[in-house]
Amino acid sequence: MSIVDRSATELRKLLATGELTSIELTRACLERIERHDATIGAFLRVDAARALDQAAAIDRRRQAGEPLGPLAGLPVAVKDVLCDRDTITSCASRMLAEFRSPYDSTVVGKLKQADAVLIGRTNMDEFAMGGSTENSAFQPTRNPWDPTRTPGGSSGGSAAAVAARMAPLAIGTDTGGSIRQPAGLCGIVGMKPTYGRVSRFGLVAFASSLDQVGPFATTTEDAALLLEAISGHDPRDSTSINQPTPRYTESINKPLAGLKLGVVPEHFGAGLDPEVASSVRAAIEVYKSLGAEVKEVPLPHGKYGVAAYYVIAPSEASSNLARYDGVHFGFRADQSAALAELAAERQELIAAGKTAAADNVDAPLVRMYRSTREAGFGAEVKRRIMLGAYALSAGYYDAYYLKALKVRRLIRRDFDEAFQQVDLIVGPVTAGPAFKLGEMVDDPLAMYLVDLYTVSANLAGIPALSLPCGVTKAGLPIGLQLQAPPLAEERLLRGARMYEAATDWHTQRPSLGGAR
Amino acid sequence: MSEQPYTTVIGLEVHVQLSTESKLFCRCNTKFGAEPNTQTCPVCIGMPGSLPVMNRRAYELSLKTAVALNCTIPEFTKWDRKQYYYPDLPKGYQISQFDLPMSADGYLEISDPKDKFAPKRVGIIRAHLEEDAGKSVHDEAAGKADSEIDLNRTGTPLLEIVSQPDMRSAAEAKAFLQELKLLLTYIDVSDCNMQEGSLRVDANVNLHIEKDGKVIATPIVEIKNMNSFRAVERALEYEAPRQYREWQETGRQLGEAPKQTRGWDDVAGVTRGQRSKEESSDYRYFPDPDLAPVITSAAEVDVVRESLGELPADLRRRLSEGYSLSLYDADVIVNQGREFADYYLAVAGASGNPKSACNWVTGPLQRELKEREQTIDSFGLPAQRLAELIRAVDDGRLPSTRAPEAFQLMVDKGSDVAAALAELKIERVDETALVTLVQELLAANPKTVSDIQNGKFQAAASLIGQAKKKNPNVDPNRVRELAIELATSLQ
Ligand SMILES: [Zn+2]
Repeated sequence: MSIVDRSATELRKLLATGELTSIELTRACLERIERHDATIGAFLRVDAARALDQAAAIDRRRQAGEPLGPLAGLPVAVKDVLCDRDTITSCASRMLAEFRSPYDSTVVGKLKQADAVLIGRTNMDEFAMGGSTENSAFQPTRNPWDPTRTPGGSSGGSAAAVAARMAPLAIGTDTGGSIRQPAGLCGIVGMKPTYGRVSRFGLVAFASSLDQVGPFATTTEDAALLLEAISGHDPRDSTSINQPTPRYTESINKPLAGLKLGVVPEHFGAGLDPEVASSVRAAIEVYKSLGAEVKEVPLPHGKYGVAAYYVIAPSEASSNLARYDGVHFGFRADQSAALAELAAERQELIAAGKTAAADNVDAPLVRMYRSTREAGFGAEVKRRIMLGAYALSAGYYDAYYLKALKVRRLIRRDFDEAFQQVDLIVGPVTAGPAFKLGEMVDDPLAMYLVDLYTVSANLAGIPALSLPCGVTKAGLPIGLQLQAPPLAEERLLRGARMYEAATDWHTQRPSLGGAR
Repeated sequence: MSEQPYTTVIGLEVHVQLSTESKLFCRCNTKFGAEPNTQTCPVCIGMPGSLPVMNRRAYELSLKTAVALNCTIPEFTKWDRKQYYYPDLPKGYQISQFDLPMSADGYLEISDPKDKFAPKRVGIIRAHLEEDAGKSVHDEAAGKADSEIDLNRTGTPLLEIVSQPDMRSAAEAKAFLQELKLLLTYIDVSDCNMQEGSLRVDANVNLHIEKDGKVIATPIVEIKNMNSFRAVERALEYEAPRQYREWQETGRQLGEAPKQTRGWDDVAGVTRGQRSKEESSDYRYFPDPDLAPVITSAAEVDVVRESLGELPADLRRRLSEGYSLSLYDADVIVNQGREFADYYLAVAGASGNPKSACNWVTGPLQRELKEREQTIDSFGLPAQRLAELIRAVDDGRLPSTRAPEAFQLMVDKGSDVAAALAELKIERVDETALVTLVQELLAANPKTVSDIQNGKFQAAASLIGQAKKKNPNVDPNRVRELAIELATSLQ
């Protein structure tokens, strides 16, 4: 077994006993990236020198007997949406291609504090908008199980990096399923914590009331390790919850006695791939064999989740992305070209005798905004800005935005009622396995429906997790989603670990074209 | 006013900068006058990933103001994003309060000491908290020249106070602003410095014209760019007849024309139409998901109410009732500000003569301050010294005629009363010596004696000057009294 095949928890022990150095581990990951990332495209940037420096410093401190953080020496890949002081945070957008933040996001700060090795920045859908990572302005990311397919998104780079064992751990963000869906499609563990459990400070916002940072790992134990390191109250984020972080790593191996598991009948309707359905049902049987009581719970408003989500998320996005106008930071379209274009337009109108129209061409400032946003954003981002601006407009606000907020409250109430009866809700994370790259790029609506099983947790603010529960005949991984009440991450991880300990789906890994 | 064929209807929107050390949603300094863009941080310039955190102090100050303005404080208030594109607004939205402001339904009482209008209560529709935008240094209309933006002001806490259209004249509007400023400075929530932009005023004006027994309302005009209370008064005085002329020409009524924005040109003394960027704007307000709502309990409001201290209106009442001052005098003292009123109270208390204390502070003292361009807190004569001076007059050590000289000396040289009396050689004149002096004068002026004896008592005044020449400390009234008494007794 190669070093890179080991779990973070195992690697941590090897590092602690001195059997392995962080330099060796970091090198192994860098080699892995070197060998496979030209095909996979998980990373936007890898700073090998910085990673090796960090690894060397940690090794030195370990040798000197200094106290080290919980992730000491472990490489962690970070989605390119969390600010890392003085380095680029592009959000896979031309708009921020050169943007360097003068501050660390709280999560990156905590990773540094935990002595993690920040190995590189992973690809994503532009501004985290999408479910296939195809909306990146820079490159597509391919699924390590089948490079003709998507790794999912928007955190596809992080999921692919962990699935391809380029890093034992990665950070993603989940606004409507952007951690759980790629985790499911890449056969790894991915978790969205309770809204407010992990600070959003320094996370470039997509939809502020839904965005949440979370871990990717190959095992639930590793997910617990990473979650523990990044959680906690942050006075710089007003939506951060002021609650102590439980020691997830200490409790994860304790099975939940008398576990009551909820199954939602609506989750098994038309549209669910039969192979996915049978894997999920088989997983439920595993839980029964472990002594869990399984009960049907309705989530009647879940079917409106996608519609509500695609009003609320674009509304917030249209506002959050207003700042990218070329004035204060980020990309600005070439102004001499824009002004020349403007002058030419005026001339043309005057020549055609349309003087009134000539007077009404954009003011130079307006043209600067227009040309900057036209060139700086990709098609999906523009689509969502328009959707959101429309939903918030006078005369439409009540019918769209307010209505969506009502649906959101009803969805939360459904969950509150369901969790009166059960401890966890189990079901599919996606309707099918990874789809082909390019398969849905021309059908945005079909792409939005990919979020069917995941958006409700974001709307309700509850924690949810995806873990491997099968492989299709074609060799593609299948994910199982577990959802828990607010702040019940500990229960969620222990419940997931019960299943993981009884099965070996999490030990399956992509062959990456036969290479080791 | 009665000769005007219309009534002017005025509502004011006042933006007040709260006196906090730091901005509303970050910890940047709010001090005025720093080098451009030196008081900024990732939060107030809206850098990607930054998040706002409410400055509790700013909320407390706005609460204090709202309570002092007799507003209702709802238990729940929230933050909204007001969205528009402008280079001095780095996030593309301003954090403000839309449908659930932190306070509503208050009032402020105004009156005029010279009775130019009857005392009245001006309603406050709402007061809400919001962040300020930055400042564009160059106008983009300047063409290709680069515009510059200073973001020092961005994120500074502003309280927007919106009055009901309850004012009926420029004088009332000015009185409202003066009383508001006085209130805000008494409760110490803002320095209200208009030059530094800590207090900004926009006015909404229209006319109610009586015609054929019906009242016609004209379209509402918003006036901006008024940089002093005097400018507000002048702009409103200009605007009302202008609207009347316009109505006579166009006949346009409220609802028949969109709300117009006009800018006040202080040099030309006219308002001019502006192309308003807000006219057709849709701000796409929605609740800011980065901020938690603010919950304020009734108990918290009570604590604030108790902490307010004495408000200007209360102090005026105390001065007129407890100190027997006229309403006019009470007004003059209170309107000078909290420090001045405190000075008066100290003088009145220590001298035991509130009326005389009032005469001194509203007379010679105020004149001195004006001449020296000083405020009371930096004035060289402490309240205790002025009280001593009043006591010296009251117990006869200092003739009232010479008190102004003593006052001047005390102000100029910082001396106390004893030193001033010594330097001016003021001493009490012995009664027998004074009798002797008057007898000598009468003996030397038989004409005056016979005049007095014939009932022309005013003739005694001619002796006063001569008496003062012989002894400057004589009390002129006593000289006059003695002259009459002694001359008549000679009969
Ligand atoms: Zn700041």
